[in-house]
Amino acid sequence: MTTPSSTSAINPKPRRQRRSRASRLLHSPVFFPLVGFIAVFIVMALVNDNFLLPNNLTNVARQGAIIGIIAVGMSFAIFTGGIDLSVGPVMALSGTLMAGLMAAGWPPTVAVIVGLLLGMTFGAFNGACVAFARMPPIIVTLATMGIARGLGLIYTGGYPISGLPAGFAFFGRGEVMGIQVPILIMLLVYLVAYIVLHHTSFGRYVYAIGGNEEATRLTGIRVPRYKLLVYTISGLTAAIAGLVITSRLMSGQPNAGTGFELDAIAAVVLGGAAIAGGRGAILGTLVGAMLLAILNNGLNLMGVSPYLQDVVKGGIILLAIYIGRGRSA
Amino acid sequence: MALLALEKVSKTFPGVRALHEVSLHVEAGEIHALLGENGAGKSTLMKILCGIHQPDSGEILIDGTPQHFTSYRRACAAGVGIVFQEFSLIPGLSVVDNIFLGREPRNALGLIRHGEMLKQANALFERLDIDIDPQIRVHHLSVADQQFVEIAKALSLDARVLVLDEPTAPLTPTEVERLFAIMRQLRAQGVAMVFISHHMEEIFEICDRVTVLRDGEYVATLNVADTDAGALVERMVGRRVDNIFPERQPAPDKSDLVLEAHIRMAGRRHTDHIRLGRGEILGFAGLVGSGRSEMALAMIGAHPVAERRMTLEGHKVTLKSPADALKRGIGLLPENRKQQGLILPFTCADNISINHLSRFHTAAGLISRRREREAAEALMDRVRVKAPGSDTVVGTLSGGNQQKVVIARWLERGCRVLIFDEPTRGIDVGAKSEIYALMKTLTAQGISIVMISSELPEITGLCDRVLVFNHGHVVAELAGDDIQAGTIMTHATRQISLDNPTGAAEPAAHLERAS
Repeated sequence: MTTPSSTSAINPKPRRQRRSRASRLLHSPVFFPLVGFIAVFIVMALVNDNFLLPNNLTNVARQGAIIGIIAVGMSFAIFTGGIDLSVGPVMALSGTLMAGLMAAGWPPTVAVIVGLLLGMTFGAFNGACVAFARMPPIIVTLATMGIARGLGLIYTGGYPISGLPAGFAFFGRGEVMGIQVPILIMLLVYLVAYIVLHHTSFGRYVYAIGGNEEATRLTGIRVPRYKLLVYTISGLTAAIAGLVITSRLMSGQPNAGTGFELDAIAAVVLGGAAIAGGRGAILGTLVGAMLLAILNNGLNLMGVSPYLQDVVKGGIILLAIYIGRGRSA
Repeated sequence: MALLALEKVSKTFPGVRALHEVSLHVEAGEIHALLGENGAGKSTLMKILCGIHQPDSGEILIDGTPQHFTSYRRACAAGVGIVFQEFSLIPGLSVVDNIFLGREPRNALGLIRHGEMLKQANALFERLDIDIDPQIRVHHLSVADQQFVEIAKALSLDARVLVLDEPTAPLTPTEVERLFAIMRQLRAQGVAMVFISHHMEEIFEICDRVTVLRDGEYVATLNVADTDAGALVERMVGRRVDNIFPERQPAPDKSDLVLEAHIRMAGRRHTDHIRLGRGEILGFAGLVGSGRSEMALAMIGAHPVAERRMTLEGHKVTLKSPADALKRGIGLLPENRKQQGLILPFTCADNISINHLSRFHTAAGLISRRREREAAEALMDRVRVKAPGSDTVVGTLSGGNQQKVVIARWLERGCRVLIFDEPTRGIDVGAKSEIYALMKTLTAQGISIVMISSELPEITGLCDRVLVFNHGHVVAELAGDDIQAGTIMTHATRQISLDNPTGAAEPAAHLERAS
């Protein structure tokens, strides 16, 4: 930082220089979500005596993990300028398949792998419709949202599947080094997503497609291939969430995850992403998901009626988007 | 007293001093050229005049009355009209709906008075002496007619000051003449016009006075009759530029074919044949809409075709997508920078490296940011991008610098064939000359170039061979001394009547074309 940034503001032809650390932080897409998170966190801590208890904070993170994991796949879709509405039902379908296979005596490892593959297959189907058949993502995933929900209900007959092997509880209830496994899984998913988005070519293409799909295609990037991959990832993260929730409940719930797609979208947008694509940060999504989680938890602790909670959450999302709007890329 | 006066206007954007005490005076019934390189501050000055930006200091006076334009609407209401460089029409709406968008005349019930709108639109077109059906949807119109609709729209509020920001850039010579006829009409009616163009000959043909800007500062105001192109360029760039085209080299060996393509476009009956020699610059000339860009897109597999047979260095190649073309070493710099070329939210470095990211992969398959940045900065230096840094968001750069970023992307990609579609559109003389020199350097390295251009001097000054397009087909091939502006225009306009611009019937010219 030998060059003071103030000189470049006057010099009409400034020399090449990198932004200062403070400016980088301020322009980081994570900055505003983080400020919002801290603000809500402080309010909740002041209003509720129990909010800061370690048990409660762990609880918040664990509850937020499900949406947090789903929101990773949603981020990929939204960064490309798309969307995936099918994540909730795909989560439920993958989870019930895992439960069903285990109840039928399959070893948990195999059941989990098959469940994850099912999620990826569903995602790949979404991706193929979007990328190769060139159908709009919102319509495609609206349709597969219904299909996945229906298949889950058909498979289970509408009843939860229980009687799962005790060892399976590890993913939803276990602890490693004092940290809850759902939180660990979530952090692992974010770590991988971060590396993919920021340090691989594929990650760069994700943003490029969202920024200008036509230019990306004309410059010689195989756009359809990467879109297929994006929706496959979204299916996979939904299935991972299915694994966690099924293990947590120790039963396969065909109706789980109703409305989760909207929470996941909210997390991504609260995280500072542009809904039109091309701009956003995966760590912002993590902050967004945790922001939603502390809102839920804090409002519960305050004894706010669930009906009013929805109103408050909606209002805060609007406020956040309003504050963050128009920030230049 | 001048109808329009801008007095000592200054404007600073974060990191850039865009304007410093710039003044501009335009009389009623005058066409006043505003001249300067990209980034000289022309567009910023005009945006201040139109209320889009507010000046840090200085004054805008109309008829001697100081104006405070806090918005575009305010400026319009005060009689300032502007035709932007980028079209602002809504393609799906009719001409008349576009003209009155946002201020439709209404009746007592609040419903739109279509009859009144039509009447006013027809009156406007009559005033401009142009023949456009006000009820046709804008996307059916030619680029030139869209331009005229923009002018009509700008005038519909009784504008006394009209700004034309590079109106001729997308137009063919014939269409430019039609535009100038309209401008002369308006001059006779006492409208004060500010005309921005990079074409010297246009300034000398149509303008009365010219104001030159350089690096955001006022340089001079001159009577066009008292000056010449050389003097203006010297004032613009601060040095004398005699010839913007690099020296001609002997034509490359014709027998050394790099690319041969037989392409029949979808819905066409005839196959076009394109041959490209090593180190050659092959021009695609023709009117806007004559099918040159479509052919370029077809050559990289980005446009539907009925038939495509291509041979690259003697080997048959099948191109299904631009990615296939890139793999074979064929790259395209598309016509429309913002829509097809740049990823606007990306930084310069990210835009440049996008199609060769794998070069910066570490052993683990991750991108080395440092190597990527260094390579991008080296390329930016090579094509002389003026930007605060490689991490500057590309959308904030001027047009010429944006184009250089797009060009830089292809330089280290190892392409054997590069297709430049309108590489210098909206770019100043200095940058143009740099781009031409760059193209010559590339061909000297054995790279073959296809250049699509609507600027005839560019075609005649740079190309070794020229294919003339007319109504979707190659109708003539010119080489050597046959590459003359007149000859090109004859082939480009042959058998086409201006009264029938839609060209519903295929002209017979294709049948007799030499192949």
